[in-house]
Amino acid sequence: MNSAGEQATETETVPVFDDVPVTHEVPTVSFRTRPEDYQHWRLSVDGDIATLTLDVNEQGGIVPGYELKLNSYDLGVDIELYDATTRLRFEHPEVKAVVVTSGKEKSFCAGANIRMLAASTHPWKVNFCKFTNETRNGMEDATENSGQTYIAAVTGACAGGGYELALACDEILLIDDNSSSVSLPELSLLGVLPGTGGLTRVVDKRGVRKDLADVFATKSEGIRGKTAVAWRLVDAVAPKKDWADAVAAAATKAAKASSRLDGRAAVALAPLEPTITDSEIRYRHVTADLDRASLVVTITVFGPQGAVPENLERIYELGADFWPLAMSRELDDLILHLRTNELELGTWVFKTRGDPSGVLAFERVIAEHSNSDWFVNEIRHFYKRVLKRLDVTSRSLIAVIEPGSCFAGPMLELALASDRQYMLEGLMEDGVLSEEGEAAQIVVTESNFGAFPMSNGLSRLGSRFYGEPDSMDRLRKEIGARLVAEQADELGLLTFSLDDIDWDEEIRIATEERSSFSPDALTGMEANHRFVGPETIESKIFGRLTAWQNWIFIRPNAAGPDGALRRYGTGQRATFDRKRV
Amino acid sequence: MSQSIDYSERIPNNVDLAGDRRLQRALEAWQPAFLNWWAEMGPTLDTSDVYLRTAVAVGREGWAHFDHVALPEYRWGVFLSERDEERKIAFGDGKGQPVWQQVPGEYRAELQRLIVIQGDTEPASVEQQRRLGLTAPSLYDLRNLFQVNVEEGRHLWAMVYLLQAYFGREGRDEADALLIRNSGSEDSPRILGAFNEETPDWLSFFMFTYFTDRDGKYQLGTLKESAFDPLSRTCEFMLKEEAHHMFVGTTGIDRVVKRSTELMREHQTEEIAPHGGIALNVIQKYINFHFSVSLDLFGSETSTNAANYFTAGLKGRWQETRRKDDHLLSDDHSEIEAMVDGQVSSQEVPSLLALNHDLRTEYVADCQSGVKRWNKVLEDAGLEARLFLPHVGFNRHVGLFSSSKISPSGEVLTDDQWAARESSWLPTPEDKTHVQSLMQPVYERGKIANWIAPPNQGINGQPFEYEYVHLA
Repeated sequence: MNSAGEQATETETVPVFDDVPVTHEVPTVSFRTRPEDYQHWRLSVDGDIATLTLDVNEQGGIVPGYELKLNSYDLGVDIELYDATTRLRFEHPEVKAVVVTSGKEKSFCAGANIRMLAASTHPWKVNFCKFTNETRNGMEDATENSGQTYIAAVTGACAGGGYELALACDEILLIDDNSSSVSLPELSLLGVLPGTGGLTRVVDKRGVRKDLADVFATKSEGIRGKTAVAWRLVDAVAPKKDWADAVAAAATKAAKASSRLDGRAAVALAPLEPTITDSEIRYRHVTADLDRASLVVTITVFGPQGAVPENLERIYELGADFWPLAMSRELDDLILHLRTNELELGTWVFKTRGDPSGVLAFERVIAEHSNSDWFVNEIRHFYKRVLKRLDVTSRSLIAVIEPGSCFAGPMLELALASDRQYMLEGLMEDGVLSEEGEAAQIVVTESNFGAFPMSNGLSRLGSRFYGEPDSMDRLRKEIGARLVAEQADELGLLTFSLDDIDWDEEIRIATEERSSFSPDALTGMEANHRFVGPETIESKIFGRLTAWQNWIFIRPNAAGPDGALRRYGTGQRATFDRKRV
Repeated sequence: MSQSIDYSERIPNNVDLAGDRRLQRALEAWQPAFLNWWAEMGPTLDTSDVYLRTAVAVGREGWAHFDHVALPEYRWGVFLSERDEERKIAFGDGKGQPVWQQVPGEYRAELQRLIVIQGDTEPASVEQQRRLGLTAPSLYDLRNLFQVNVEEGRHLWAMVYLLQAYFGREGRDEADALLIRNSGSEDSPRILGAFNEETPDWLSFFMFTYFTDRDGKYQLGTLKESAFDPLSRTCEFMLKEEAHHMFVGTTGIDRVVKRSTELMREHQTEEIAPHGGIALNVIQKYINFHFSVSLDLFGSETSTNAANYFTAGLKGRWQETRRKDDHLLSDDHSEIEAMVDGQVSSQEVPSLLALNHDLRTEYVADCQSGVKRWNKVLEDAGLEARLFLPHVGFNRHVGLFSSSKISPSGEVLTDDQWAARESSWLPTPEDKTHVQSLMQPVYERGKIANWIAPPNQGINGQPFEYEYVHLA
């Protein structure tokens, strides 16, 4: 994902950096920002066309120790991009096309900052790449499902992660000035991969022939002008004099063809204001209890309080306070926070609290309006993306279904996304759960059959029952039924159905055992089990490209003291272990 | 202070069964299954009652009382030694930390496996010995057999308690399976091979209680050191009962040897079979067999499993706390006997890998003490002959000697040499048939079979003539 094309020349003018990477103390990362606070992006809207201009503040790195030259990026730059792309969907219902361009004259984007990468720990690199991947997938999702088509208007060098950003757009325009180029120099200059979807999208999305892709991905200077068009690396080129018109025309055309749904006024995304301490994180609808001794986080998602409105007028009035959106945003922020800042808390236990009826109202709102109202449609897709984040989270996910919980329909997805499901039979005879009047119940609804697909294109139920399609037919007959543990178990929805006597102990042992295993092996195992069946570009990016990249990241040929990533910019050549593995 | 056992319960215990719903439910469901198992697989001889020792407390003094009890009404229950609040882990990575009162999830699978294997041997021996009552040489011996049986039954309870109290659903399933597997069953045999052989006669029974139960004693001794405190306390109390089983074996063989010397003297011959006795060379063959089979129960001399158990704190060494080393063994080395270039020799291995060998060495030394006793009987009778333990490599089917043929004196043999001499070292069908022929029941008070001497004293101060068992 990183690029070096232009940085290669730049490093000649800056002091050679140390052989030993400097790992700065990593700050607690917050993913909450807003356009007024952006340092690196400008968001402007003109009618139905928005422009996102990348103009990175060189001194604005999220961690000290590097300068973000040539529009190179780090996690902080990408957090702003994520915020901007999300706000475009909720705060700009009028926008139907988004032009991504550069505010720097000679560089569109030089990709991820290499010094940042060279100085980063392995988990930081991995998390960073995962998040940038998710943001780029989100851009494609906006094009496909929100009628906001992204167009890359590339002026200047577009290298590595810069070109991968362009690849996430629906259309790539390249200025034809005999110097601007697109390139993927990671392999040749850094000994790593274009890991933010680059290799995958070149062949899979743009249909570049594999031999030409091979040439392209090993040619650090990249490809310019008409050749880039001929190889399908970009869609069109335009000379400088026609450039503005060409970009405008493409944007207008995309806006005209947009499937953006109608609806009411924009919905402002008010800031999330969690309380974060060492042992707990509290939002309004989501809480997390951090147990540092057992390395477990218990995430509780609260259902709506009171009735969920089902008429659009009231839904718009609530806006960002409408429970499904508020809850989804909080959960999204929590997942990002924990993933980045709490690396050692390796098991996430999911619980829910609330009235299943309220959650089922969410279900009905989606069913009724998500095909006609932009706002409801956005909520559905936002929640879908939050769930997808969970799917690719390198933590053990365990759903614990107790009396007083509301794993119904959309919320059942949290349990289905988990690696295991534990459900209590009946009530606890004593203890805190005993006050509840009714045994725990779960509800399967229509939305579990496809409203929130995974990156493999299947529903989570479809993934779960990939080997037993008959179970899906049986489940369809149970849509809407309140299933107690014994029934849910019989239908294959639970890993373990436990009575009150075994409950606490079984869960303690399971989580303790989990915490004792190799975190790496668990991550690998879970990633393999979670994604059955067909591949998509997205699943290939996470399952194949990322896995290879993460392997390369820990190999001496990249990350060793003599490896390409560490040697880059020192004037010394990398020394490779020549054995092919 | 002794913790008393609550006899007001259906299941006597000192684990606060009344306050533990989970345990109550599990044990109350398991108890009828146990009683069924006892009825089907327990002693075949019908008795109306037996003079038995029953545990009543777990403290140092007065832990048991004696009375005539109908076997099915024996108060099987759950007893752990008293808890030492200060107890710390004595070895391995966790050395010095407080012991565990709960199963750490990390070691659930390993601890469960250890307990299941131990638990599986307890009912197995009852099954192996179920028909011995039909041929008891005296009421005294019959009583001892039943004492061993009910206590093995209680040891099963002890392991079942641990499984049910600490291992959740899987633990309950494993507890059920302990009653489903049966010694010698085709479809569902006991886990360890040695426990699938029927104990065919009383000489074998004494040998079994001497050698094989002694293996059990040493295994329990290692589990007594466990960082998992409930397991440690359970095993500590079991060891107390196990001592009686050793006693039955030791004195049983004493009395057989004694009777044989009497018959030899009386008839002035070593060939006492025609006179209704068991010749010394047959006793030696039985020793050879039972000793070697019991050595196999220690597993391979070098074992990474044992090393892992030690490092994790699950299973210590015999008398771990009395050992004068660092209790970590990470850099230590030990000499073990092994086959090197076709010869019996020794080799140096990391001590952590040699823990089975270490335990077996303790065991062999302990076995030696019995041999000394029996030889004292021979010496006192003015006989030259002596009994001995065969070489540790003799007749082994597990471990470093399993692919070699080694004589009782430690010579390495070819297959042909072995085949030629095997019958002089291990019981032959004729030997077994003869021993079997001697097994005629003697149920009259104060009477005893011809092949064995009466004991020096009775049980709990009662005379030999005491009516220890009332037959049905």
